[in-house]
Amino acid sequence: MADKQFVADSPALLDIYKRAALLKANDERARKVILSGQVAMAYYSYRGQEIIPSVMGNVLRDDDTICTIYRGIHDMLGKGFPLKELWAELAGRSTGSCKGKGGPMHLTYPPKGIMVTTGIVGSSAPIANGLAWAAQLDKSDRVSVCTFGDGASNIGAVHEAMNLASVWKLPTIFVCQNNLFAEHTKFEKMTGGQNIANRADGYGMPGVRVDGNDPEAMYSAFAEAVARARAGEGPTLLECMTFRFFGHNFGDDDSYIPPEQKAAAMEADPVPRFRARLIADRIASEDELAAFESDVEGQISEALEFALSSPWPTADELRFDVFEKEIAA
Amino acid sequence: MSAAQKVAKPTVTILAAISKAYRDALAEDSKVITLGEDIGDAEGGGIVKITKGLSASFGEERVRSTPIAEQAIMGAAIGASLAGYKPIAEIMLMNFTTVAMDMIVNHAAKLRFMSGGQTSVPIVIRTMTGLGFGSGGQHCDYLEAWFAHTAGIKVCAPSTPEDAYGLLRAAIEDPDPVIFIENLPTYFTPMSFELPDNSHRVPLGKAAVQREGSDVTLVSYARMAVEARMAAAKAAEQGISVEVIDLRTIAPWDRETVLASAQKTGRVLIAHEAVKQHGVGAEIAAVINEELFGQLKKPVKRLGGAFCAVPYSKPLESAFAPDAASILAAIVQLAS
Ligand SMILES: Cc1ncc(C[n+]2csc(CCOP(=O)(O)OP(=O)(O)O)c2C)c(N)n1
Ligand SMILES: [Mg+2]
Repeated sequence: MADKQFVADSPALLDIYKRAALLKANDERARKVILSGQVAMAYYSYRGQEIIPSVMGNVLRDDDTICTIYRGIHDMLGKGFPLKELWAELAGRSTGSCKGKGGPMHLTYPPKGIMVTTGIVGSSAPIANGLAWAAQLDKSDRVSVCTFGDGASNIGAVHEAMNLASVWKLPTIFVCQNNLFAEHTKFEKMTGGQNIANRADGYGMPGVRVDGNDPEAMYSAFAEAVARARAGEGPTLLECMTFRFFGHNFGDDDSYIPPEQKAAAMEADPVPRFRARLIADRIASEDELAAFESDVEGQISEALEFALSSPWPTADELRFDVFEKEIAA
Repeated sequence: MSAAQKVAKPTVTILAAISKAYRDALAEDSKVITLGEDIGDAEGGGIVKITKGLSASFGEERVRSTPIAEQAIMGAAIGASLAGYKPIAEIMLMNFTTVAMDMIVNHAAKLRFMSGGQTSVPIVIRTMTGLGFGSGGQHCDYLEAWFAHTAGIKVCAPSTPEDAYGLLRAAIEDPDPVIFIENLPTYFTPMSFELPDNSHRVPLGKAAVQREGSDVTLVSYARMAVEARMAAAKAAEQGISVEVIDLRTIAPWDRETVLASAQKTGRVLIAHEAVKQHGVGAEIAAVINEELFGQLKKPVKRLGGAFCAVPYSKPLESAFAPDAASILAAIVQLAS
């Protein structure tokens, strides 16, 4: 861990913050837009989990791929999903990245390596292995990341995938975002051994539990996993500890979360904490960050306007993209 | 048929044709890769040896034995296909697709549509099933209707070596996911005189009229097509002229060929081993009814497997699915 290469320098920290600020602003806007009725969608807020994908976005290249889940817009924005195509897809418009056919749970954007978003718990993992196998066959050092939740660590697909990645020495990085809840179920109640990272041991790969809300710790762990994968040394399982502030899906009753736990987590909000630290350490000035944040708000507004003024898809679209060749009318 | 062939016995099996298709595809296109349980040479080259020699020829990175993990197998095939490869995933027996259904139905079949055409999954799922070996309820199901019912996936089930070769090559080249169903009892019967040439292809979605006839149209596929050909030959001895259509591709099926024949004969029999209820035959019968109501001489007749798990005991197993005799009886009834 002391290896210099896995320590985030100041430019990296600033970049990670900027990504996190975008993610936070976008989540805040999404919740507003839903409440105002401008866009109706199922929304799984990631507010509180921003640091993990911001680090991933900083470390990964465009040609590295990611397979993510319904609670994954932070992963995608972290990796560079363009705001206009994102918002148009959320709004179900024909200008969305998926022409309005995928929606919030199936966002896809291959130019930035965002290959699969699945609504099926755990299914990101087996597919990520295939992308990793392709990298191996291509003799490329690109890596394949899959993200999933603490709840998903109990489904068979994830275990099958971890074992295969290990025996095939695939450049797959398993990123478990442990936000301590799976829908309404507490992590402790459903996780044998009370630890996900430890399970890696049984598959013969490194497993690391890391504070996913700490940018530097997260950077060290993730950069090391990526370096191992690029060097052909195989997969890593990261268990990134975090918390989600707004329940399972936005608008649900989150009374199952002990109020003290939620209050403490929100009190320790990783994004403003990180911001204050950057200013205290003179990595960035208040003005610089404020200017960036206001620019981000403008970009989101522009993207939202673009989305809402875009046309809806026509019913004819149902015949297209089922197969390469359209289905006869 | 040449004079020499009339006396010579056929030597080429479906198994040999599939093996050749595999080898030719791997040799001609470096993007073709394959994975599955026991398929590598170190593991014996597959349970019926279809992949024997392939890992030796093309390397263990392209011909890869896997752990017993059908979701991991399907996921790896899907992921590699998203990155431009053309994987052939072998699922040892059709029943084992059930533990990979999430990958097949929620992902392979849907990613193109859900991504608005940005990604595609050009994989082939090769799998096998078949009666006659006392395998019982969990090793010889016929689940083709499940897949045919799923938008985004194509379903093939050949009954001759030529079609097996041509369809498999076409399936590998197809830009969409294809499930390729092989039938264990038909693997080993010599049916043809020569292995198909490298360039031989059978387009997906095109049926074969294997015997022309004017009294009854008989639609089937896979092993039932073999039984259908025998039944049609017997019917001819009784003066009934049967047109035998082998669908070859179950989804999308060749409506044109079936409807043209149904219009000509006015009497249609559909036979498959899969259970009759909600089966492939129901869809075909419904379309014939929609398109040709009033032109039929008899209601469309269906034969299918019994509505139960595949049984073990020999007499029960034999009674489970139609065969040449029950097909013939149905033909006679239709023609009367
Ligand atoms: C296979 C499957 N089972 C159940 C569900 C319903 N479901 C959606 S999210 C979820 C909880 C998943 O929790 P976790 O993996 O911790 O991820 P998080 O939502 O906390 O990010 C469940 C049970 C599903 N989508 N897929
Ligand atoms: Mg969770």
